[in-house]
Amino acid sequence: MKVLDRRKMILVNSVLLALLALSIVACTLLGPVRLDLSRALHDLSFANPDSEILFRARLPRVLLGVAIGGGMAACGVVLQALLGNPLACPQMLGVSGGASLGGILGLILFPNWLLPIAGGLLGEISWVPLAAFLGALCSMMLVYRFSLFHGRLHPYHLLLSGVIFNSFIAAVIMFLNSIIDFYQAQGLLFWLMGSLSTRAYLTVAFIWAYIIFGFLWLWAKGLSLNLITLGEEAALQLGVETGALQRQIFIASSLMIGAMVSVSGMIGFVGLMIPHVMRLIVGSDHRLLLPASFLAGGIFLCWADTLARIALAPAELPVGIITAFFGGPFFLFLLYREGRKSLAL
Amino acid sequence: MNPAIETRNLSFAYKDREVLHDVSLSVEQGEMIGILGPNGSGKTTLLKILSAVLNGQGEVRLNDRDIEAYSRRDLSKLFAVVAQESSMNFPYTVAEVVLMGRASYHSPFALEGKKDLEVARATMELTDCLSFANRYLHELSGGEKQRVIIARALAQEPEILLLDEPSAFLDLKHQVQVFELLCRLNRERGMTIVAALHDLNLAALFFPRLVMLREGKIYRDGSPSEVLTEKTIDEVYGIRVRVEQDPVAGKPQLFICSAL
Repeated sequence: MKVLDRRKMILVNSVLLALLALSIVACTLLGPVRLDLSRALHDLSFANPDSEILFRARLPRVLLGVAIGGGMAACGVVLQALLGNPLACPQMLGVSGGASLGGILGLILFPNWLLPIAGGLLGEISWVPLAAFLGALCSMMLVYRFSLFHGRLHPYHLLLSGVIFNSFIAAVIMFLNSIIDFYQAQGLLFWLMGSLSTRAYLTVAFIWAYIIFGFLWLWAKGLSLNLITLGEEAALQLGVETGALQRQIFIASSLMIGAMVSVSGMIGFVGLMIPHVMRLIVGSDHRLLLPASFLAGGIFLCWADTLARIALAPAELPVGIITAFFGGPFFLFLLYREGRKSLAL
Repeated sequence: MNPAIETRNLSFAYKDREVLHDVSLSVEQGEMIGILGPNGSGKTTLLKILSAVLNGQGEVRLNDRDIEAYSRRDLSKLFAVVAQESSMNFPYTVAEVVLMGRASYHSPFALEGKKDLEVARATMELTDCLSFANRYLHELSGGEKQRVIIARALAQEPEILLLDEPSAFLDLKHQVQVFELLCRLNRERGMTIVAALHDLNLAALFFPRLVMLREGKIYRDGSPSEVLTEKTIDEVYGIRVRVEQDPVAGKPQLFICSAL
């Protein structure tokens, strides 16, 4: 009988890791300006434009994209498992909407009264993810509560209340957008469409820290995630403390979503597509599915962002548009297939 | 010897509707019990309380220890549950599903060890699932699926096996196979078995002790010939039957007297 063994774990993860490394190198070299790698590495000083573009502009952006793609995919995997619904993803559940609202409120409220205490850049990059995290956590619990009747989670209520919650949040955000000043509003719109732009290494490191912490937390729950896909009752009977598991998953994934949304806005569909594709390739065992989806999500967003940078060069598309181009049709296809399956056609 | 399961004055209500009332039941170690009763008589609720999914009022003791003193992990090593229906939204193979029964035995961070694989293989052999170990669960027929779920329950190496209508979706041959397997587990391994059942004739054939529930209370408790009488069936189910002894098995069997 075929089951997950150490060999398969190592093989799949190292192949994906190698692909990720290759993608990082390739994507930093691709862009509107042609770069010569040997010339860039030859002289690392400020005077060398090649090295400056490679290390100051492209590399931090690519590294940020990898973290966010991986984090979105990992969150998609665990939310799908926890809610027993293969169509769940952060965007569909209203979670990223809540995170956006939290982040915006954080952004608007931050400079006035926290600046003297927290001080400068470090203050903002730690405060906005925290505000987004709180927004994500609140909206996740709210949508969850509204889909729970007599202790049972109703998948259609869940998706519907998530979507409705998301549009409600969008209205609130647009309202905020129209009362703040023009320059702030312009930046807000670009951010809302989901974009990656060049950030300081410090910001990138901060986001990676949030995401690695959340990911390891979720990965440690891999076995319990396998069991919870059988339903809450069966998981209880197989020895899982389901209440504690739900709370931990909500907190860990909200942390990640908060951090991601705070720098890149809502990059949709990565958390929906990647888990599905990876489930087909590596199977449904979450101990492997989680790291594999993380790596694949990183690879995917890395390339999607490169496409966003070069498609209309020198202009730049928000990467959320690229992911939605792939993700929208993919989601409809899944919905159609699920429908066929449940009607046993 | 202490009873494997003991409930004292157990009651349970969903909102204001009382489903179980004052149920006191004692199951000895190595006993095999069938729980009978019409729809809504509290069979499933009783099993859910015994497996700590629901919390009733009153006391439940397992091996002379209060059920609340156990951790989930310890409970899942003590007993296994075969539910009426099992949902499966994600594509797992049969082997993966059976190995999930071993979750409490190995570290949550590790993969299954050699012992886990051996136990899973043995239970799949016992339930006749080994030939389709690599297929996906959602591709299987109802009978095959049920055997996989039983294999998973046995992979937990439980002392007590709780089953909720284990033969609900099975054809006659597979029903008989499941019950024969339960009898073997009970006889050869001394496993305590409690099953909620709908088919009274099969219950009479395979289960030495039957408990009849009616409106959340224990109505009769005893051997098949004590419980399955024309009078009790009329009082509990409200239908007229004729009860006769099966001359070969020596067990009572029901014949339905239709008004037509």
